[in-house]
Amino acid sequence: MAMLSFERKYRVRGGTLIGGDLFDFWVGPFYVGFFGVTTIFFTVLGTALILYGAALGGTWDPWQISIAPPDLKYGLGLAPLAEGGLWQIITVCALGAFVSWALRQAEIARKLGMGMHIPLAYSVAIFAYFSLVVIRPVLLGAWGHGFPYGIISHLDWVSNVGYQYLHFHYNPAHMLAVSFFFTNVLALSLHGSLILSALNPGAGEPVKTSEHENTFFRDTIGYSIGTLGIHRLGLFLALSAAFWSAVCIIISGPFWTHGWPEWWGWWLRLPIWS
Amino acid sequence: MSLGLRISLGLAAVLAVGLASTFEHPPAQTVQRGYRGTGMVEVFNPALLDAKIAANAIPAAFAPASAEGPKAGKIYKNVKVLGDLSVGQFTRLMAGMTTWVAPQQGCGYCHSADNFAADDKYTKVVARRMLQMVAHINADWQPHVGATGVTCYTCHRGQPVPAQLWFTSPGGPHPEGMLESDVGKNLPAPAAGLAALPYDPYTPFLSGAAPIRVAATQALPGTDRSSIKQTEWTYALMVHFSEALGVNCTYCHNSRSFGDWSQSTPQRATAWYGIRMVRDLNGVYLGSLAGVFPQQRLGPTGDVAKVNCATCHQGAYKPLFGVSMLKDWPELAGPVAAK
Repeated sequence: MAMLSFERKYRVRGGTLIGGDLFDFWVGPFYVGFFGVTTIFFTVLGTALILYGAALGGTWDPWQISIAPPDLKYGLGLAPLAEGGLWQIITVCALGAFVSWALRQAEIARKLGMGMHIPLAYSVAIFAYFSLVVIRPVLLGAWGHGFPYGIISHLDWVSNVGYQYLHFHYNPAHMLAVSFFFTNVLALSLHGSLILSALNPGAGEPVKTSEHENTFFRDTIGYSIGTLGIHRLGLFLALSAAFWSAVCIIISGPFWTHGWPEWWGWWLRLPIWS
Repeated sequence: MSLGLRISLGLAAVLAVGLASTFEHPPAQTVQRGYRGTGMVEVFNPALLDAKIAANAIPAAFAPASAEGPKAGKIYKNVKVLGDLSVGQFTRLMAGMTTWVAPQQGCGYCHSADNFAADDKYTKVVARRMLQMVAHINADWQPHVGATGVTCYTCHRGQPVPAQLWFTSPGGPHPEGMLESDVGKNLPAPAAGLAALPYDPYTPFLSGAAPIRVAATQALPGTDRSSIKQTEWTYALMVHFSEALGVNCTYCHNSRSFGDWSQSTPQRATAWYGIRMVRDLNGVYLGSLAGVFPQQRLGPTGDVAKVNCATCHQGAYKPLFGVSMLKDWPELAGPVAAK
């Protein structure tokens, strides 16, 4: 495959975490590396097992296919394949693939002399998944507390698990996560509209620079975070959203067994007014 | 380290410890109540559950009394409800009621010491009506109470006034003005598990018979005219159900479709009868005592005490965790005497 003119400078040798030069090559435009191989391995195996599970499940409707975790009676042990064992192996494959991908990102970052922002950011997403299928089930004592792998079925699980705590909007970490998600959306929309405006000037006008961008926000809201700062803010908001999402489900059950509105009783019981 | 930093770190540590103390900790006890992976699961704190089970132990039964012998209605005067019992059964039940309802106060809580037959104490009039109510529940509300049945102890638990009763609530102090009006919510509502939902869902749903269902039956708009506000009233009632029974929403409902009976658990049908039973008891039995209770027993708006799910359940999915006292007290099984 032909190489694009600018591509050569990104093909830097070395920087691998494992395997030395053995997997330090490209297939077409894609860097491989040891972790590229493990990513492919876990992805193919996991996908094949999902297809196997779907074949056992009685429907090929893509909305309805579901690979459910084991019954709670199996605790933290292994379950028979057709009764949740598949879910367990698929979970291992998913975590293997996700972690491999993060480490491959780390290798690429080392090759290019970048910081570890991308693998670290992606790790927060992996942490959220790890919380759902490992941390919380282990704290509750059964793999059956993981969520089922299906388009509709995982939504049904989310709904029912929320209603296990009567009113999930009163979960303090859920409040933080939702606030971060919405703030992230607000920041992205402000940033996106600013960039589109600056880069699409009226006919005959030059493209605007960051000086214009800063001036716009200083004029309208009195402050501009700046071209670098907006990306730092975006990263903080996005990672906080994912992090508090993970916290909000970890605390539901292991650290609170009642309705979430009741948790706020501590506020009502503060000696200031009670 | 600067003083400011040290003070900040100290404050943060105090806050973190304080916040951590508001939570519980593992292990939790979980019970699967649906197909795996559906999230139909009950979650309990085992320490609190053990305490609750201990608190729901039933008192010792008395030795059974023979139904033979003269009837209480023939021997004693002014026996309007239990006259068909033998004298042995009658006195046994009176002794049982004393231990369940007025163990400190004794017979004199309801009876005049010089004339047990007199109706001069309001408590005796109430007790007679409550005996009719118990017999009515055990005879006519078996779809809800089953063969387990109820006794005075189910609600009273050794107290003259059951711990969990309700009155129509006038609400707390509430700002009124251009931005907000008092619409019966937006205060921490004990009835709704401290949520800001309506604080008195009992009056419309358990005294009145306001419709509870607010879910549309089709995906598109137009099939259901219920507002968000109506939904919050129903939500408050449902939180009361959960708190009263110590269970979560999935005990009765699969939340993918709250209203669909085919996806609900069998307990939802039991609850459906329970709602009708509570309305019946509040209207026919407690409502009939409106002129009987003295002022200090009435609520802030002058209504009589009424029952809800918590009156019997008291935090247990089945009152007294399903232990039947009725089998030891067949005198209370009904059929109901004349109202």
